Amino acid sequence: MSAPTVSKSSPAPVRAPHQLPVRRASLARAVQRNLSAHGFLIGAVLCFSFFSWYPMVREFLLAFQKNKDGRTTWAGWSNLSYVFNDPAFWQAWRNTLLFTGLALVLGFAVPFLVAVLLNEFRHGQGYLRMLVYLPVMLPPVASVLLFKYFYDPGYGLFNRIIGIFGIPDQQWLQSTSTAMISVVVAATWMNMGGATLIYLAALQGIPGELYEAAELDGAGLWHKIWHVTIPQTRLILSLMFLMQIIATMQVFTEPFLLTNGAGPEGSTMTVVYLIYQYAFNFNNYGGAAALGLVLLVLLAGFSAVYVRLGRTQED
Amino acid sequence: MRSSWFRPTRRSSAAAVAAVLTLTSLAACGTSSSDDNSGAGGGSKADISAPLDPKTKVTLTIDCMPPAAKAAELREWKEDVKEFNKKYPNVTINGKSTPGQCEEPARFTAQLKAKSQPDVFYTYFTDLQQVLDNNGAADITAYVTPKTVPALDSIDGNVLGVLKKDGKLYGLPTSNYTMGLLINRKLFERAGLDPNKPPTTWEEVRTAAKKIAGLGNGISGYGEYSAENTGGWHFTAAMYGLGADVVSADGKKAAFNDATGKQVAQQLHDMRWKDDSMGKTQLLKWGDLQKQIASDKLGMFLAAPDDITYMVQQLGAKYENFGMGPIPGGKTTLFGGNDYMIKKGSSPDKIKAAVAWLNFKTLTPGKGQFQWDRTKADKLPVGLPQPNFFTGDTKAKDLASRTENATMPVENFKPFLANPVPGKAEPPKAQEVYKVLDNVMSGVLTNRNADIDKLLATAEQQVNQVLANQ
Repeated sequence: MSAPTVSKSSPAPVRAPHQLPVRRASLARAVQRNLSAHGFLIGAVLCFSFFSWYPMVREFLLAFQKNKDGRTTWAGWSNLSYVFNDPAFWQAWRNTLLFTGLALVLGFAVPFLVAVLLNEFRHGQGYLRMLVYLPVMLPPVASVLLFKYFYDPGYGLFNRIIGIFGIPDQQWLQSTSTAMISVVVAATWMNMGGATLIYLAALQGIPGELYEAAELDGAGLWHKIWHVTIPQTRLILSLMFLMQIIATMQVFTEPFLLTNGAGPEGSTMTVVYLIYQYAFNFNNYGGAAALGLVLLVLLAGFSAVYVRLGRTQED
Repeated sequence: MRSSWFRPTRRSSAAAVAAVLTLTSLAACGTSSSDDNSGAGGGSKADISAPLDPKTKVTLTIDCMPPAAKAAELREWKEDVKEFNKKYPNVTINGKSTPGQCEEPARFTAQLKAKSQPDVFYTYFTDLQQVLDNNGAADITAYVTPKTVPALDSIDGNVLGVLKKDGKLYGLPTSNYTMGLLINRKLFERAGLDPNKPPTTWEEVRTAAKKIAGLGNGISGYGEYSAENTGGWHFTAAMYGLGADVVSADGKKAAFNDATGKQVAQQLHDMRWKDDSMGKTQLLKWGDLQKQIASDKLGMFLAAPDDITYMVQQLGAKYENFGMGPIPGGKTTLFGGNDYMIKKGSSPDKIKAAVAWLNFKTLTPGKGQFQWDRTKADKLPVGLPQPNFFTGDTKAKDLASRTENATMPVENFKPFLANPVPGKAEPPKAQEVYKVLDNVMSGVLTNRNADIDKLLATAEQQVNQVLANQ
């Protein structure tokens, strides 16, 4: 923690010679006062230490270590150079950014529009809310199996439906041109319920007078959305936008399960899947940790912006 | 912390109770193995090449004990432990069973990293370098002699060879496999093909696949993997069958961007798109083709005999529905298998006890896994051509006993057994090479307009990068 800053104009505080022991004594008293609380806190601290903080430190160390013939050695930047020289590295980043881009177009805009529509309903809003949230409650594996059946090029539901209109069968998940968008559509359906409810809560916090005033000025639905809804929910939208980026850049489950890993010609191989491959298929923990570090640095930047925005909102 | 902070109050008692409870629950989170750190060489001074002294008191943790769901196998395991304890009453065998496969790569690599593998742990042939990199296995060269493993000289040198590094032995085999062509006999008959004569060339495979796919009703003639590195694995197997390789002999360059590589890729592309004999659904991985062939929706695919056990035991198929022939081309075939290693740092007594147990359970004809009369009585499969890592007289005796107690029509595997193909180990950096080759497989199987030359050239460049990237 940084020390509290003292403004230059104020006189420097005079430190009494006994101040330090007094502070220590007060700390001792504070600990004594809350002894049982501290006792219970130990559990949480130990759990976090073992399962969160220690693995983070280990991950950082692993990124600069190598194991060969039973010896662990410091590898300098060689793990990072290995990762950057892997032909799959750039492909994984391209795929991940494509997923993120598509997920922002679909997964960010669609829940907001659904929330706006839900907000307009006068009746049955609770029922509709539940309907929208339902897919989130399905286990991801069940949803994935469902979509695998929908997308199946041989017997899938989607090909049956488009067949009715005379459109030829599509390959969906089995074509380099449509695999990623197919994954994004499935992922959006699986995850949009949560985002929709957050937007809905934000929308319901907008004072009704603003809409009434806009209506008196002759604003239509679109003008109301553009001049009232969006400005009033701007902060939530910005936060959700950043959260979406942070979450989608770590995507693993949907492409992994829908396309059995890397998809046609590696077109759905994501960065996190590559990390998984390094660690558990190639026994290259150094490479996995180094790639994790690259991802961490990037996401830390986004997270810093997210925290900053959160503070702005609190203010 | 200063002692003056603590006073025997009710509050501090509560804190102490909370802390104790926390520590207890955390302790329960951990895992432990009965590891002793005496280190090889730090134990008894007795001759390490001598068999275990029956008086020795030692506890061994061993994984791959059959789970409760496999009641018959578990009963056999327990019987074997009892039998083993007649000779070695002071050796406690502490079996650990795992759900699913005995070794799942993710769990296995994590265990190695944490050094939490059991004293005697199950690995695949291809794991040796990984285990050594993590300092995981003891050198058991001195402990494995004809005195401790009487059948040692009968074990196929190729099989023992993959468990050695720099002349030192690190594991003992429990089973091995070579790849061949697995066929669905029922579909062969329905398509007017002779199930006793499986195709032996790729041209024959293509012709047969077309006929089987002609049965309609969603039946595919031939199936292939193209995901999770299994596509690259099978591309390699097909290349081996044609006498080619995927990596040069010195392990430094890709060796598949040639006429043979093109032939393999082109044939699969044509079977998928011109003949339409491979089904529309691709991006398949291990387990998918087994489900298809077990449900009579697939005619053929490249496989090892142990796939049949999986299909019968897990998918409810019947042995008599399957047959096997040699790998198309028949020049060389990819081989692999499983073995047990002993944890580094185990005491000499522990290593001796482990060798004694492995000898009894997995390396003695007529005992343990080779006690075919008992296997038959327990209604478990007898008659599959593998595991089969013995040679000479031992092999002949074991095969005779296997045939005598067969619970399945062994003649179905005659084409596979009568045409033995020399085995060939997997390439260096196998999984990384397979990952790249997955793209070739998924490319030809999911893209009607696949540019095979470009796919192979890109894969070659990437594999060269992988091999150079140490």
